[in-house]
Amino acid sequence: MNSDNQTTACCASPGLSLSERIGRDLPRRYRNEQRFQRLGLAAIIIALSFLVFLFGSIISSGYSAFRQTYVQLTVTFDKEAFTSENLAAADYAGMVKGSLRTMFPAVKGRNDLKNLYKIVSPSASFALLEMVTRNTKLIGTTQTVWVLADDDVDMLIKGQLSGEGDESNRRLKDNQLAWIDQLKEQGKIETRFNTTFFTSGDSREPEQAGIWGAVMGSFYSLLITLLLSFPIGVMAAIYLEEFAPDNVWTNIIEVNINNLAAVPSIIFGLLGLAIFINFFGMPRSTPVVGGLVLTLMTLPVIIIASRASLKSVPPSIREAALGVGASQMQTVVHHVLPLALPGMLTGTIIGMARALGDTAPLLMIGMIAFIVDIPGGFTDPATALPVQIFLWADSPERAFTEKTSAAIIVLLAFLIFMNASAVILRKKFEIKW
Amino acid sequence: MNVRSIFLASALTMTMISTGTAMAARDSISIVGSSTVYPFATVVAEQFGKASNFKTPKIESTGTGGGFKLFCGGVGVNFPDISNASRAIKDSEKETCAKNGVTDIIELKIGYDGIAVANTKTAPQMKLTRKEIFLALAKDVPDPANDGKLIPNPYKTWKEINPELPDTAIEVLGPPPTSGTRDAFTEMVLVAGAEEFDFIKKMAKEDKDGFKKLSETVREDGAYIEAGENDNLIVQKLQANPKALGIFGFSFLDQNADAVQGSLIEGEAPTFENISAGKYAVSRPLFIYIKKAHIGVIPGIKEFITEFSSEKAWGDEGYLADKGMIPMPAEERKKYADDVANLKTM
Repeated sequence: MNSDNQTTACCASPGLSLSERIGRDLPRRYRNEQRFQRLGLAAIIIALSFLVFLFGSIISSGYSAFRQTYVQLTVTFDKEAFTSENLAAADYAGMVKGSLRTMFPAVKGRNDLKNLYKIVSPSASFALLEMVTRNTKLIGTTQTVWVLADDDVDMLIKGQLSGEGDESNRRLKDNQLAWIDQLKEQGKIETRFNTTFFTSGDSREPEQAGIWGAVMGSFYSLLITLLLSFPIGVMAAIYLEEFAPDNVWTNIIEVNINNLAAVPSIIFGLLGLAIFINFFGMPRSTPVVGGLVLTLMTLPVIIIASRASLKSVPPSIREAALGVGASQMQTVVHHVLPLALPGMLTGTIIGMARALGDTAPLLMIGMIAFIVDIPGGFTDPATALPVQIFLWADSPERAFTEKTSAAIIVLLAFLIFMNASAVILRKKFEIKW
Repeated sequence: MNVRSIFLASALTMTMISTGTAMAARDSISIVGSSTVYPFATVVAEQFGKASNFKTPKIESTGTGGGFKLFCGGVGVNFPDISNASRAIKDSEKETCAKNGVTDIIELKIGYDGIAVANTKTAPQMKLTRKEIFLALAKDVPDPANDGKLIPNPYKTWKEINPELPDTAIEVLGPPPTSGTRDAFTEMVLVAGAEEFDFIKKMAKEDKDGFKKLSETVREDGAYIEAGENDNLIVQKLQANPKALGIFGFSFLDQNADAVQGSLIEGEAPTFENISAGKYAVSRPLFIYIKKAHIGVIPGIKEFITEFSSEKAWGDEGYLADKGMIPMPAEERKKYADDVANLKTM
């Protein structure tokens, strides 16, 4: 009776019965429902099209970096060139130049010869040194060797540098273009899979630049981050969730942890600079400091994820364990933690993926640097993958554009791998209560 | 679960880190400083690392000022050995250095860098003077109708400044104030352009602050667009917008000579020859500063600067010239090479 009064009071059309009113409103509600769903779908389509555009532009400008142009030379390792014990002392650059001169005997004059030598990468002489060091029997023989082409030649072969227009405006001159055509006809120039890109460190010559140094730098930093932030984060979460009394202090700590998770990462870099480098005197630009700074950044994320996954374990599990006489610690270690671990791991992987992609904190601790040697430990100077991308993006040489995109592809591949494994872990071990 | 192994792992990391900190010696050269010198210093470092038995030096791009701050922090393995600079060291920086015990500094001038004002090849080449660039970019300019008075910049097109210039809107893409290129551009173009007005020149003597504000403040009405530190981005934007001009270093002009052209400034084009001969007005010297106290302590410093000052690096035909650095004249190279060979301090 009471509800009857209310319905008549509330609605503007008292003459209709309840079912009539529902029937009248129904089409409108269906329309609203459809509109709402379409909006959601549109949001997804917009997001996906941005993603496709991003991937498309990166992949289309980066895939060519996975191939590299090589030039075939016929090099004579003259016995007379190797006079001293030290193999490095021989004039390998001279051998490269000599081989080019024999291939193009018609080229005379200082400027023309200089242009001719520019067809192969300056790294060619180091490639020869490496060959001879590996096999000293080569001395006194003549070998055919494939060496890296110069980056301008590489760009031309890949069609990213035009050979048209006024000669003075071109990186490659008319005679160089003619020689390259001649090499092409003889089959002495070809593109191959670019192993250099995956095995060498940074270089100022685009054809020799690789990401392995940066990958190792990221690896060492992330190893430290993982080894520190996972145990500390999980312990902190367990204590706060299972043991800590609920008082003002724990509330303050909780607020602070949530706050830290939202602090911009550059601030952790400043903190790292002040504490680890200036106060503790740790060496600049090393994975140790990088790893510690990234640990500070990742810890709040891991603590929050771990607490959430501990919370999702139902109290009945704890009560049952306590009921059969387990101590508080046994309850946690034997029963709660194993059930919560998949969620904790997922949180950790997502935190690590964020750490892998972050550049800002590394800016302050000197990891934005030109480092050629591949780091072999935690205290060797190193950079990280995103830093390498940042550095290449700012290089004047045209060929670095494709290297930048290729490095982004590699970084994205790592991130997709990490995030996918987080999803798979969750799906596999997820327990529905 | 493996809680025990987790504890073990963390204990292991702790020890690893503490042993890491204990490591005091450093066996590779540490270089900091200017992002303009960075592309050149890195080439030398790479050559040096490959051709010698020393490790490849580590080079951080911190900006000239940031570099000196680190360099002048003190003597010891925790402080850099060499600082790159796109200007000479300031007296205030020398004082900071001296305060921290860095007294013996070797100055090595390595060459020149030019700053180009460029547009895309599809548009006609511009012929500008520094005065015209000042009028186009300053926030306040002299009133043409009322001598000696300043008005907010009224110029919308190049033609309004000089009838011989094209009738296109003023649109200049340039570096932000944090950049060394911007500092150099302000000093060599805007300040020099402002000084061509007699009353402003007088002001430079009488009212230093007012002059600084007038000559260094760039207009904020959209005609000057701060395009970030990335010069490649400016080059790309110029190709997309034929009306725009861009400001960037010579090495980017050199690498993109098929897409963009440098404007003539005071009748001279930004070419290799003109900058080297000192004809092109907008060029600046580049330096590296070496801490003498570190020579002999950190292996390879002497050999590194010898490589830097060798003809095959900084000569007319050297590999630095290939990368877009403008070599010094031969006598100047000889003077600096001698200074370095004798480790002559400032």
